[in-house]
Amino acid sequence: MISGKRHGQLVSLLALGLVTGFASTAAMAEDSITVTSYGGTYQEAESKAMFQPAAKELGITIKEDNLADGLPDVRLQVQGHAVKWDVVELSAEECVRGTQEGLFEKLDYSVIDPSGIDKKLVADNWIGVTFYAVVLAYNKSGKLGENGPKTWADFWDVTKFPGARTLGNYATESLTLAAMADGTPPDKVYPIDLDKAFKKLEEIKPHVTSWWSSGGQVMNLLKDDEVDMGSIWNGRANTLVKSGAPISYTVSGGVLNADCLVIPKGAKNVTLAQKAIAKFISPELQANLPKYSANGPANLKAFDTGKLTAEEAADVISSPQNIKKQVILDFNWWAPLLPDVQKRWQAFLQE
Amino acid sequence: MIFSGDINAASLARDGRREFYGMAALCLPSFILVFILLILPIGWLFWMSLFNADGAFSAENYVRLFDSTYTSTLVTTFQVGFLVTVISVVLGYPLAYMLSQLPPRLAGLCTIFVVLPFWTSTLVRTYAWMLLLQRKGIINSALISLGLIADPIRMVNNMTGTVIGMVHIMLPFLVLPLYGVMKSISPDYVRAAANLGAGPTRAFWTIFLPQSLPGLTAGMLLVFVLCLGFYVTPALLGGGRVIMWSMMIDSSIRLYANWGAASALGVALLVMTFCVLWLVNRLFGLKRLYGESR
Repeated sequence: MISGKRHGQLVSLLALGLVTGFASTAAMAEDSITVTSYGGTYQEAESKAMFQPAAKELGITIKEDNLADGLPDVRLQVQGHAVKWDVVELSAEECVRGTQEGLFEKLDYSVIDPSGIDKKLVADNWIGVTFYAVVLAYNKSGKLGENGPKTWADFWDVTKFPGARTLGNYATESLTLAAMADGTPPDKVYPIDLDKAFKKLEEIKPHVTSWWSSGGQVMNLLKDDEVDMGSIWNGRANTLVKSGAPISYTVSGGVLNADCLVIPKGAKNVTLAQKAIAKFISPELQANLPKYSANGPANLKAFDTGKLTAEEAADVISSPQNIKKQVILDFNWWAPLLPDVQKRWQAFLQE
Repeated sequence: MIFSGDINAASLARDGRREFYGMAALCLPSFILVFILLILPIGWLFWMSLFNADGAFSAENYVRLFDSTYTSTLVTTFQVGFLVTVISVVLGYPLAYMLSQLPPRLAGLCTIFVVLPFWTSTLVRTYAWMLLLQRKGIINSALISLGLIADPIRMVNNMTGTVIGMVHIMLPFLVLPLYGVMKSISPDYVRAAANLGAGPTRAFWTIFLPQSLPGLTAGMLLVFVLCLGFYVTPALLGGGRVIMWSMMIDSSIRLYANWGAASALGVALLVMTFCVLWLVNRLFGLKRLYGESR
């Protein structure tokens, strides 16, 4: 009898152990998500500003991973039914393309509050998270000295501002700034007359000695004086100036582009991912971003939190005073046009 | 008597069969490897190229290749391949000739210099060329300070830079097979020609050059075919203005996730490569390239 009782106790103990064991693994799976961004100093900044504070507020663990290639990584996971990531940051253009391919879960706007984020950056399957801009920069060590081009109209004026130029091999960004070549103010750019924009690019093409395709490349082109002026991402321009390179850039006339957040289709913790996104884009956490990164908050309410002084805000690419001088890339406008525009862009570069 | 002969023949045949099966068994792993790693993927590539983006069976992916966007990259690709091959020959032939004439020790040392670029990453070499060739780079600065030119020459972010960078990478592929063949040409032939009254030039053209042709063809073929699929160097040194076939494959997958279109591009490239091989075979005979010559 005694031994029988003992035996029973042992069994129930084991059972209890198993149950609690299961329970704890289940809790662990639910309380941890994986967030993936571009890595490097940029993701470090995001991690400090948004990811880890959000984890703390939600009482969960946020693991981080890095993108290798961007959208193709997500595509591979979704199509291979092996989704490791719960929240992924991509460029807005990739978010649009990924949506067209049906790679993302729908965002739950009863959990996520999109007010404060420009409508151009709010879609069913993705939402903007940080702003960066393509700005006009020039090398001050050239013939022009300090009197380089200040507007895209100047950039197109090859008699007043002679020299070699570079533009990005990114159709949407370069076409948007070409729409300002004849002096169109930023708020009148959209809808873009594509024929006219391509014609403007055609005009400047003989003076464009290279079409850059990475941030590092355009930094070298400007720093090594391979070109006299060009379009460049604001973060890269900022790094150049800080490193003491003779580069000057102007935010006015910049083309604001965004990174956005998505939940890959088939992600393991969709509900928690929605909650995490809601936190990431909350004004409070967005306001932390400028402290660590040249990218600006996508949620403009961040500037009302009192976390940023007026002076600090003046340096942020998406602050109210800076955003007025720039144009926001409208991906909802671009979305249906993208396939044709890309094709036309390729043909244009080859002519 | 008759019996024993039969027995002998039978056992010989048995041995022969055994040897054949033994050899076949030894070759089997490599056959399987080639099948899994080469034949299957190419077959799959071809299969995928027959479906359009919506998954329907169609020739759409091949029809698209006649679009001017694609044909112009094809022209660029062949242009680059042709230029790189010709320049490699002009630079590589004398180099291989010199190597083959040097005493073995010195030749060994010089061969190391030819092979050295192999040990440096393509990416590093490509960036190095960028620094050398750019507007304020070493070459332009030197030429300007010597007073030879007033304005910098454009040598990078265009076709010139692409070809220079690619020739540097391709040169060993031409020199090494050429050197191998030149080494095996007996100096006695040239001496005999000289003995019969041919001057050095005549002896070279009529005796040495024809014998070195198999190596030259092999090298040229290697260079040209490798050029057709080049990606990194044109992407970096072309400044976005030299668009090769391989870049179209990349953008088909990266931008549009269109595996069918990319596969069709791959199949087309493969077919063109075979066409080049066929042509070379018709003109020179591939067998000669692999040592069954002379």
